[in-house]
Amino acid sequence: MNQAVELPDALTVPLADMDVSDPRLLEQDAWRPYFARLRKEDPVHYQANSPFGPFWSITRFEDIVAVESDPASFSSEPTIVIDNVPESLPLEMFIAMDAPKHDVQRHAAQPVVAPQNLAGMEALIRSRVSECLDQLPVGETFDWVERVSINLTTQMLATLFDFPFEQRHKLPYWSDLAGNTPEMAGGAVTEQQRNDGLMECLEVFTRIWHERKGRTDSFDLITLLQQDPNTADLVDRPMEFLGNLVLLIVGGNDTTRNSISGGVLALNQNPTEYDKLRANPGLIPSMVSETIRWQTPLAHMRRTATRDIEFKGKQIRKGDKVVMWYVSANRDEDTIENADAFIIDRKNPRHHISFGFGIHRCMGNRLAEMQLRILWEEILQRFHKVEVMAEPERVRSNFVRGYKHLQVRLHPLS
Amino acid sequence: MPAITLIEFNGESHTIEAENGKSLMQNAIDQGVPGIDADCGGACACGTCHVFVEEAWLASSGEANALEDAMLGIRPDREDNSRLSCQIEVSDALDGMVVRLPEFQM
Repeated sequence: MNQAVELPDALTVPLADMDVSDPRLLEQDAWRPYFARLRKEDPVHYQANSPFGPFWSITRFEDIVAVESDPASFSSEPTIVIDNVPESLPLEMFIAMDAPKHDVQRHAAQPVVAPQNLAGMEALIRSRVSECLDQLPVGETFDWVERVSINLTTQMLATLFDFPFEQRHKLPYWSDLAGNTPEMAGGAVTEQQRNDGLMECLEVFTRIWHERKGRTDSFDLITLLQQDPNTADLVDRPMEFLGNLVLLIVGGNDTTRNSISGGVLALNQNPTEYDKLRANPGLIPSMVSETIRWQTPLAHMRRTATRDIEFKGKQIRKGDKVVMWYVSANRDEDTIENADAFIIDRKNPRHHISFGFGIHRCMGNRLAEMQLRILWEEILQRFHKVEVMAEPERVRSNFVRGYKHLQVRLHPLS
Repeated sequence: MPAITLIEFNGESHTIEAENGKSLMQNAIDQGVPGIDADCGGACACGTCHVFVEEAWLASSGEANALEDAMLGIRPDREDNSRLSCQIEVSDALDGMVVRLPEFQM
């Protein structure tokens, strides 16, 4: 793609020439009118040309629910992103598997993020959040993404894996490499860099696996995988082992990180909502759901048609890529009233699509909500305002909708 | 108006006069019974309206179809009497039914 060319005008570009896979749409925060037009004029849209080949765009909420509820026709294999599986490093992960293999592997990993387990982690999370916030400079401008969003989600991942704490910075590095294939990210990472990094990830976790073998006093993810008969030998299937590690790292990294940053941005853009929150901290759980909807940290998920199928009057062919644009569905006025607005006490804040629906629905949703809830409880007890000082720098990707930097300044409680 | 009792995990019991033709989930939400999230709004797509149907009412509340069965499959706390309450349509045949709510929805 020619990145020197400016983005076309969303309202006048012929639909046939519109490229919603262009990673600059998210980077420049320019995506809204493109998807609004698709939802209105051609909600199930065939794009014949893109750097990833032809694909269908599903842009309405109800239509995405329908696709996600029919995994027999819309497969998650071989991959759930718009790009193809890199041939040199074909990761296998359960988010990109169909039943029955998906069900078996998901079952093995799920207990670590089940609410019963999370309740026991709440105190630890709160103490780490408190420590992080107490170290922030008040009255100085600093990068919230680095000091808070990345810091906290990295600590959480290290906790879930019982990963060596002093090496935890490697986790978001691997997540970034895995989530951004060169084409999707606009060329920021070479395939060689990506493969080298992910092989290091595999080596480190293989070592941890063998060191931990036989331990029974730990409730971390590696131990859980070792204890489940279906995944006890996962380490012997390296691409599957690596795939599932990457899935859990990416799943717990970019998503929560960008919802942490997004909440600060949304409250700054909507000062009356910030006032509501300060006046009534009881709104935090609802504000957390609204933030996750408003941010939509993952812009899309992809399925692949397993058969010729007529869908909403369109003829989808076997093998076609079907891209479900969550970022669009979360702005669908037919399902969500006043969808572009950030309203922390809206009627049904949990009715959003950021976690997906159907059998692949996000497994870590309760952990994500808990992290955000605790963070905002602790922020409100310390600071009158987290003030955004400059336009954020956004990630260039068509998958991750997030922030590279968000400069803020803290105002103490008066 | 069949009477249906929902018992929270902590033992607290709520008996509602349910409306025929609506789902058990919708009835519970409309009457403010806690413990059911129904994130997807009744599309059998999220699994957050999970209930355990008491043995005596299993037959009259119907059977889970393939989609519901798949969604229940992602619940780690699934039991033989697990159902998604958005897929149970209330009728007079359910008068007196008792369902229990799980410790958490997810």
